[in-house]
Amino acid sequence: MIFWDFFGLCMANGGNSHTGGVGCGRCQFLSRWRLARNRVVVRARKHLSVSSDHGGASPGFFDRLRAFYLRSDAAKGYVLLSPVMLTMIALLAAPLILLVLYSFWTQVGLKVDTNWTGDRYRELIEKQAYVDIFWRSIQMSGLVTLVTVGLAYPMAYFVAFGVKKNKFIWLILLTIPFWTSYLLRAFSWKIILGYNGVINSGLISLGAIQEPLSFLLYNQTAVVITLAHAYAAFAILPIYVSLEKIDRTLLEAAADLGDGAWARFWRVTFPLSLPGVIGAAVLIFVPTTGDYVTPALVGGPTGQMIANLIQIQFLKIGDWPLGSALAISAMAGVAILVMLFATALQLAVRRIR
Amino acid sequence: MSAKPAHAPARMGDPGSGLKLFAIAYLIFIYGPVLFLPLFSFNDSIFVAFPLTSFTTKWYEQAFADEKMIGALISSLQVGGIVAVTSTILGMFGAKAVTRYQIPGQGLITATIMLPLFIPEIILGISLLILINSVGISLSLITVTIGHIMLCTPFAMAVLSSRLHGFDRSLEEASMDLGETPWMTFWRVTFPLAAPGIVSSLLLTFIVSFDEFLLSFFLAGQEPTLPVYIWSQLRFPNKLPSVLALGALILIASCVLVVVAEWVRQLGTSEQKVGV
Amino acid sequence: MADNIIRIEKVTKQFAGGAKAVDDAHFNVERGEFFSLLGPSGCGKTTLLRMIAGFEFPSEGEIYIDNQASSLIPAYQRPTNMVFQSYAIFPHLNVFDNIAYGLRKSGLSGGELKRRVNEALGMIKLDGFGARRGDQLSGGQRQRVALARALVKRPKVLLLDEPLGALDKKLREEMQIELRQLQKSVGITFVFVTHDQEEALSMSDRIAVMVKGKVLQIAPPQELYEAPGNVEVASFIGSINLIDVTVKSVGAGEAVLDGAGFGQLRARAIDDLKAGEKLVAAVRPEKLALVSSRPGSGSFVEGTVKASAYLGDRSHYHVFVKGRTTPIYVAAQNAERAMTGGFDTAKSVYVTWDWQSLILLRR
Ligand SMILES: Nc1ncnc2c1ncn2[C@@H]1O[C@H](COP(=O)(O)OP(=O)(O)O)[C@@H](O)[C@H]1O
Ligand SMILES: [Mg+2]
Repeated sequence: MIFWDFFGLCMANGGNSHTGGVGCGRCQFLSRWRLARNRVVVRARKHLSVSSDHGGASPGFFDRLRAFYLRSDAAKGYVLLSPVMLTMIALLAAPLILLVLYSFWTQVGLKVDTNWTGDRYRELIEKQAYVDIFWRSIQMSGLVTLVTVGLAYPMAYFVAFGVKKNKFIWLILLTIPFWTSYLLRAFSWKIILGYNGVINSGLISLGAIQEPLSFLLYNQTAVVITLAHAYAAFAILPIYVSLEKIDRTLLEAAADLGDGAWARFWRVTFPLSLPGVIGAAVLIFVPTTGDYVTPALVGGPTGQMIANLIQIQFLKIGDWPLGSALAISAMAGVAILVMLFATALQLAVRRIR
Repeated sequence: MSAKPAHAPARMGDPGSGLKLFAIAYLIFIYGPVLFLPLFSFNDSIFVAFPLTSFTTKWYEQAFADEKMIGALISSLQVGGIVAVTSTILGMFGAKAVTRYQIPGQGLITATIMLPLFIPEIILGISLLILINSVGISLSLITVTIGHIMLCTPFAMAVLSSRLHGFDRSLEEASMDLGETPWMTFWRVTFPLAAPGIVSSLLLTFIVSFDEFLLSFFLAGQEPTLPVYIWSQLRFPNKLPSVLALGALILIASCVLVVVAEWVRQLGTSEQKVGV
Repeated sequence: MADNIIRIEKVTKQFAGGAKAVDDAHFNVERGEFFSLLGPSGCGKTTLLRMIAGFEFPSEGEIYIDNQASSLIPAYQRPTNMVFQSYAIFPHLNVFDNIAYGLRKSGLSGGELKRRVNEALGMIKLDGFGARRGDQLSGGQRQRVALARALVKRPKVLLLDEPLGALDKKLREEMQIELRQLQKSVGITFVFVTHDQEEALSMSDRIAVMVKGKVLQIAPPQELYEAPGNVEVASFIGSINLIDVTVKSVGAGEAVLDGAGFGQLRARAIDDLKAGEKLVAAVRPEKLALVSSRPGSGSFVEGTVKASAYLGDRSHYHVFVKGRTTPIYVAAQNAERAMTGGFDTAKSVYVTWDWQSLILLRR
């Protein structure tokens, strides 16, 4: 932090009239700093005048650089942005590029053969089990998305239009799950749905059943329920934001033009809230397709999803290239589906008049 | 919809009371299942099952007698602390840059920074694993910290951007106009005014890091973080009650921190409106 | 050469992807003067002021402050201080600390700091307000604090960006007088930005009129009003009647003109007039008078009252003159008390004026 701000400082501090008081520590520090900088400049200038043909222009170089920095918003912006950008390039972009590279390589024992090959992808397409898991993941996530958005919409509508006082409390209540441990929230379903879990033992002690129900846990339904619950609150915020933005006078105008409550909703409110709906759907569909924890906890053999397959390739089998190819194809598949979905929904809504 | 008296017309789009019932049911759906963790953590039985037997705190004692758990807790606290400070500092830079300067390509850059929020964590986990492996670093708490910084920086930047967005740019200009350098202007004006956002960002990034499981699962070596440790204990049925106790504590602590963070953030914005 | 505290030399500012906000501005501000930048909103006044303050940097040209080229001097090292349009009172500090902000930076502390701040509080008549928080002040008080905060730094130039714009009319008029007195007593150069021409006219030593980034004329208020340099300035400052004329002949200090609908006109000659030249003759509405019977001599034209408005101290008339598409505006002083009277619409009247009040302008 200090480094970057001092970069700005060094660029901005000329030998110009410094109006600071005498004797304050910061000023002394600054002047020492400036002295040091000037020495560098002098050295640089000497160097330049020897080594370059147009040495006459070189004394102005640092001044020009400083002037450029002072004048350019973009330069100042990029300097400030660079720590974040560099972090993200190093920790996000570089790893993703490596992931793509790996998917074109081959695992040979503990080593990786870096000759380019499309074999991993061929392997994926040819092995029916992989394709099946991919489609199963998509279907389950699709179902989760549908359920979650369907439930979240009325809730968001209620907060946007129905709550007058203490909206803030409702919003906090709905954001808390977003920040708290996903692992623990998924885990709570394991103890609820388990063979000796909350539901079974509760029903038995109520006398409703004699034997525990074995179909509750370790299947796709359990995964869908758990995911729908875990992501419930995520859908509300985007939908709420888009609903809240709707100008209330538009509804008055629709009423004025003869629309009843339902017609107003379908012809005005719903189309205008669509960006929120699409956003919510994407926000749920994308991470749930790639979810690892829930299928691993409550999925059982039939409820495994693509992420579990990837995890196995990376941490159990040790075929990183195949795991990478799985990850890349899953991401690409999901991206294509998301785009198709968003387009289709928008086209559908355009028919509303 | 019922008829309203003429002097208090219903606001357009006002839902009926049916929706309120739905909303309450929804909240129960969100929070209900989670409440079984604290409930059974006080139940004197090794089985998580009804009927409840008697009240006990022994699972909590058991949880805290577990030295490995304490070690994992300390690791998580350390990682969370470092991650919170680092990503908040990074986020502050980013937020200042995008709110104060017009930068060509800003939309694209911001989108890139926010990307981790939209990529499944498993992908982030394996790609970081590949990177760390390629660079030749061995897995440890340091690699976990690095992964968490990547994950938390977008959160910090989002929280801080919205904070900085709200305040009058001429306040900083006034400071420089009165003779302060950009560096001291940051400390005398920007920092105090952004303080609620900074506190909020510190708390939220801490929670995200503290609760994060999947990245740590891929990036932790021999020293687990708390969620990774809990994960490893889930296999042992006799450990279940103490995991419940631990989980209940974590959930409650997270909730408290989130509420405080959001409250501080809100507090800041209402003050802001009067101030500017 | 006059003692110029600010020299603006061919300054142009072009924002990325925008038009020129300031276009080739070239003028000086004299030491100790009250200098106003006047122009409609969006004409580049703020941009020019911010370049002097050091928040923007010219794309071309150079600004000299006290004979020092400023392009390498950042805002915090310039001997200028600014009163911001939003006042920018630090909300986390109280009034005392707001005013002390810049002094603390200069290393002042203890008794001396207190003395200076209290002196400033006295100057803005806010004694005892030191402990108030910035957000507990009214608009007028905030404006004063902003002023004091800048003035305690004893700048060589005080920059004010529409400082009275947020105040209501009455307070604004009071502050105009106070501000002008303050400037006289402290003797600091003020560069004052406003879009309100009355404000500029009443306060300034000199005014620069800006339109669309260009500085059109710089002159003292009276000259600007009575002898505008061109049609744009004439029509921006106050209202004015424009008459297209052709020069018939030029005599000693006097020109005879042919005006559409006006027949033969007399006006004071300007430099380099040639017979046949096409010009604009301008006359202010208040220099015109209405009479109901044909005057025996002097300058006049016959017309019909199309609309009238009673404004208390004066009445405004729109008079149609044959041969003209736009009406002539007449602002008549209501010097005598009269419950009825004035001129009815559709009534035939004569508009009269002193021939010397016609101003000849080139397009
Ligand atoms: N930072 C900026 N980036 C791009 N255009 C700007 C910026 N600041 C001002 N402008 C443009 O420059 C012109 C002059 O603005 P300004 O100096 O604020 O006018 P005024 O103060 O006279 O109302 C306007 O058209 C405005 O949109
Ligand atoms: Mg302006």
